[in-house]
Amino acid sequence: MEITSNLISFGIVAIIMLVFGFLTVSATRMLRSAAYLMFVLIAAAVVYIFLNYHFLAMVQIAVYAGGILVLFVFSILLTSNIGERVETTPYKNRFIGGTAAASGLVLTLWVIWTSPFEVKESVYKEIDMAQIGTALMSTEKGGYMLAFEVISILLLACIIAGILIARKK
Amino acid sequence: MELFKLYLSLSAVLFFIGIYGFIARRNLIGVLMSVELIMVGIGMSFSVFNRFLFPDSMEGMFVSIFSIAISAAEAAIAIAIIINVYRNTKNIKTDEINKMKY
Repeated sequence: MEITSNLISFGIVAIIMLVFGFLTVSATRMLRSAAYLMFVLIAAAVVYIFLNYHFLAMVQIAVYAGGILVLFVFSILLTSNIGERVETTPYKNRFIGGTAAASGLVLTLWVIWTSPFEVKESVYKEIDMAQIGTALMSTEKGGYMLAFEVISILLLACIIAGILIARKK
Repeated sequence: MELFKLYLSLSAVLFFIGIYGFIARRNLIGVLMSVELIMVGIGMSFSVFNRFLFPDSMEGMFVSIFSIAISAAEAAIAIAIIINVYRNTKNIKTDEINKMKY
């Protein structure tokens, strides 16, 4: 297929995401690993913008890169010294992990590239916020009111549980 | 060599990088970060399927949004547990936390 600018920009973001993803799982200092994870999360938000899911990209940046990552940095600073190096896993465990992941990856890529998919050529229309809002709050078919309420209960339970677990005795 | 399959391959590679990190990391917070990598790969896969195969519906995007919310809650609880473990045993290496409470 021809080299469009679409393909080039996707290629740049994909390379950034893969390089920083691999650095995340193999860095010896935890704070650096968290910084590399931030690049992966922001690159994922850029991919969501390529797919024209702007709301999802903003939620990803706000919650993941802005909330969860800060939580990780707090916990890293609370549980280790700054600049302390994590011990590297022995070569045998890393080899087993690498073999398992590589074989799974080969199988998945083979299934992806040999299955027939009917890609719909659609006009990339942006989804209106009013559409997202009505879908999130509606109780008819295609509505997500039940999932919304269940997630509120889940978040409440997690807040209470988090406070209970981590309080000082 | 369509763009759709490239997107799917990217999310698959991210998923399996997360699995490798989950198996090979010895620090509890490193394991948690690998789980977050897995969740990013999954969210991207759902969105890609939605955009390319069913462009008129929004189900895949909503699965990604809810998965982000659930992953935030799960990361918070896991970090609370890790902090508690560190307070009691001063240690968060996965192979040295091997004593039960009593």
